[in-house]
Amino acid sequence: MEAIARLVAAEATPAELKNNAAAASAGYAYGLAAIGPGIGIGYLVGKSVEAMARQPEAAGMVRTTMFLGIAFTEALALIGFVVFILLKFA
Amino acid sequence: MIALDFPEINSILVWKDIFPNFPFNKVALIAVLATLISATIFLLAVRQSHKEAPKGIRNFAEMIVEFVEDGIVMQTMGKDGLAWTPFLLTMFMFIYLCNVPGIIPFFQMPATARMAVPMFLALMVWVIYNVTGIKHQGVGGYLKSTLFPPGVPKALYILVTPIEFISAIIVRPFSLAVRLFANMMAGHILLVTFALLSEALFQAKDKVLIPVGILPFFMLVFLTSFEVLVAFLQAYIFAMLTAVYIGGATHPEH
Repeated sequence: MEAIARLVAAEATPAELKNNAAAASAGYAYGLAAIGPGIGIGYLVGKSVEAMARQPEAAGMVRTTMFLGIAFTEALALIGFVVFILLKFA
Repeated sequence: MIALDFPEINSILVWKDIFPNFPFNKVALIAVLATLISATIFLLAVRQSHKEAPKGIRNFAEMIVEFVEDGIVMQTMGKDGLAWTPFLLTMFMFIYLCNVPGIIPFFQMPATARMAVPMFLALMVWVIYNVTGIKHQGVGGYLKSTLFPPGVPKALYILVTPIEFISAIIVRPFSLAVRLFANMMAGHILLVTFALLSEALFQAKDKVLIPVGILPFFMLVFLTSFEVLVAFLQAYIFAMLTAVYIGGATHPEH
C-alpha cells in the first residue's frame, strides 16, 4: 500500500507520462498483433500436416505452400513487432 | 527484487566505423564478406572439371544449386523459370550469409537486422518483377493482368482493382523487407536479452540468485540453435517469394 501511495503522490512530468504511455501501448501493440497470426499459423500448419498425412506423395508441394502461407500470415505479427520497437525506442 | 535495464537500442544495433574517418562498419563488413564468400565458393567449384565426378567444394556448391532448383524454382515457377536460378541462388546465398553472423561469435550481428539491407533487396525484387512483367506482357497487358484479375464479376472491379494495386505495388516490397528485417532483429534482441539476463544473474550480489542464472542461459543456448533455423528459413522464404512474384509476372493466371 505504501508503494502505491508513493506512486500516486509522485508528480510525473509530461515526458515521463508520454514514456509510460508509449511503453504500455508498445506491449499492447505486440500482444494484440500476435493473436491473429498465432491462430492463423496454428490452423495453417495443422491443416498442412493433415494433408501431408493423407497424401504423403504430395508432401513437397504442401510444404512449399505452407511456408508461403506462413510467410504471409507472419508478416502481420512482424508489423506489430516493428510498431512495438518504434513505440518503445523511437 | 532486482531489476535489469535493457540497454539503449542503438547500442546493440549501431556500430562504430572500423577505420577512423571511413564509413565502413561491422554491418558493411558482413555484407562484403557474404558477397566474397559466396563468390569464392562458386568460383572455386566452377574451376573443377565437370567431366569427372564432383568432389570437395564442388559437391557442396552443387548441393546448394540443386536445393535452389528443386526447392525454390521448380516448386514455384516450373521448368521455364530455371533461367532465374542464378539470380535466386545469389539472393539466397547473400541473405543467408548476412543472417548467419547473428550467431557467430565476435560478429554477433545479422547484417539484415539493419533496415537498409532488406529494403534495398526488396526494392530490387520489386523493380525486377515489374520489369519482367512489362517485358513479357507489355505495359497494358501487365497492368491488365495485375489490376484486373480474370474471373471476377465486372461490378466487383471497383473493389478488387484498388486492393490489387495496393497489394502488388506497395504491400509486396514492404512486407518482403519488413519480414526479413523484423525476424532478424527480433532474434538479435532476444539473444541480447537472455545474454544480459544470465550475465546479471551470474554476477548477482545475492548468492541465491546465481544458480537461477542457468535458466536464461539454457534459453540462450536454445535460442541460438533456433536462430540457425531462422537464418536459413528467412533466406529460403525471401528467395521463394521472389520466385513467386517473378513467376506471377511472367505467367499471368488465365
